[in-house]
Amino acid sequence: MVDLSVNIGRLKLKNPVMTASGTFGPEYGELFDVNALGAVVLKTITLEARVGNPPPRIAETFSGMLNSIGLENKGLDDFIKNKLPKVKGIKAPIVVSIAGNNEREYALLAKRLSAVAKISALEINLSCPNVRHGTLAGLIAQDPDVTGRIVRAVRSSTRLPLIAKLTPNVTDISVIAASAEKAGADAVLLVNTFPAMAVDIETKKPKLGNITGGLSGPAIKPIALKMVWDVYNKVDIPIIGSGGIINYKDAIEFMLCGATAVQIGTAVFTDPRTPGCVIKDIRRYLEHAGYRRIKDIIGGLKA
Amino acid sequence: MKQVQAKILKNKEIAKGFYRMRIASSYLAGYSRPGQFVEVRCSQETDPLLRRPFGIHRVIDAGIELLYEVVGRGTDALSQKKPGETLDIIGPLGNGFDLGLATCARQRPAILVAGGNGVAPLFFLAEELKRKSIKIHVLIGGRSKGHILCEKEFKKLGAKAVITTDDGSKGLKGLVTNPLLTALSAAASRPSVIYACGPTGMLKAVSRLAYSSGVPCQVSLEEHMACGVGVCLGCPVKVKTDSRYKMVCKDGPVFDAGEIIW
Repeated sequence: MVDLSVNIGRLKLKNPVMTASGTFGPEYGELFDVNALGAVVLKTITLEARVGNPPPRIAETFSGMLNSIGLENKGLDDFIKNKLPKVKGIKAPIVVSIAGNNEREYALLAKRLSAVAKISALEINLSCPNVRHGTLAGLIAQDPDVTGRIVRAVRSSTRLPLIAKLTPNVTDISVIAASAEKAGADAVLLVNTFPAMAVDIETKKPKLGNITGGLSGPAIKPIALKMVWDVYNKVDIPIIGSGGIINYKDAIEFMLCGATAVQIGTAVFTDPRTPGCVIKDIRRYLEHAGYRRIKDIIGGLKA
Repeated sequence: MKQVQAKILKNKEIAKGFYRMRIASSYLAGYSRPGQFVEVRCSQETDPLLRRPFGIHRVIDAGIELLYEVVGRGTDALSQKKPGETLDIIGPLGNGFDLGLATCARQRPAILVAGGNGVAPLFFLAEELKRKSIKIHVLIGGRSKGHILCEKEFKKLGAKAVITTDDGSKGLKGLVTNPLLTALSAAASRPSVIYACGPTGMLKAVSRLAYSSGVPCQVSLEEHMACGVGVCLGCPVKVKTDSRYKMVCKDGPVFDAGEIIW
């Protein structure tokens, strides 16, 4: 039996497959075995409730999906009171994604969530392309200094393992990843959606109510993969790869390029069985290739 | 809800660009209610990538029927499917129509207002209403003759049917809201409830007429969806509550017309 376990800092995963933020909710418990996953990541929460962006929020592109949800959520208090009890039964580690308008809010979210049982790690969303950050210009993870400041603020507020989720919309993502590492992140997650848009030529209107959104799905995989490779030799903390993974081959590609774990997002919408299939097929691939531990393929690209 | 692999029994073009598909699934047949929908994976490829939502058109002993119009890549792929092929479906999803609104005033008819392929989920509703011995009055509107669906089927159920077309090629010329206005002003036979499905503009107009005549009205909405189960928050509709938005997939697709900000 191949050992599929991996470590993200102090977060121990029985296998490297996680769901991506915004693409998992307890509703999926009816459709697939959530406990089989390495971890689940819940949708990003903010301190105060956010209404999100106007419709349409979804548009399909060639082998891709555009979204402009805009971090709709009911805020931290509602999350602790109403949302968390619904996922408490999940045996897989639960990762909570957080976003704030400034350092203080990120720190406060981290502090409050540290006191809540059943949360195994925090994912710091530094990169949602669909929201404006109150006192911060642009996307946080477009600026290595701001990224460092936010991660440091969260680090000093919690002992939970921290995953910094970065944007691909930068000139050199390895600089941002290094800054997150220096500030105390336990892992970097590469990448969030790509800023993108689509236009309806009949109505001459953008296909999203917010005009632009974030692109996900198989269309972005080669670009996300390259970013994992770019960062792999620049940081010592684990990388979680994400972007267009729909099967075990995609997951293995990410791991060969240096990812310790992967997140699956859009593919869950297409087929909720995807994460389970990826886990099974990774095992079969490794057995076939004669590996005893999945850790042995991480960064194994023959380049 | 369940994810089922169901066999296609029939997939036939019933009017230009409109298909009726019969799918075998005792699970879906057993658990579907009028107004609910299914998410269908139209292709095994990554394009089209997302599932497509379809209102359940009918429930039969062996499974369900869908009635769909070919409008894009997803429905085009679906129209190419042959009997015997297997389809990956998640369902039944959503809330469904409140039949109680019709049954509480049983002596008065329920009015069903359909625009284009909005007729699809209303036929399932009509069959259920008939089973409860409720009188049905159906108004079907479309662009032209070729866009009027299910007239015969409704008549077979004993429903009174009025047809309108934009170009006058069948039935009354004009909007489907014209005969609705007539029906609502006939004091003696005022309907107990209006159930509507169709384009947003039509639903808005129906909702306004319902409000001004004090008749309860439920509308089935359509929105682009990804997950279909309430996870992604991709299909919002503006509502008159503090939360500002509700999700068409999970809170709907059927809403009380007065709840929506049109």
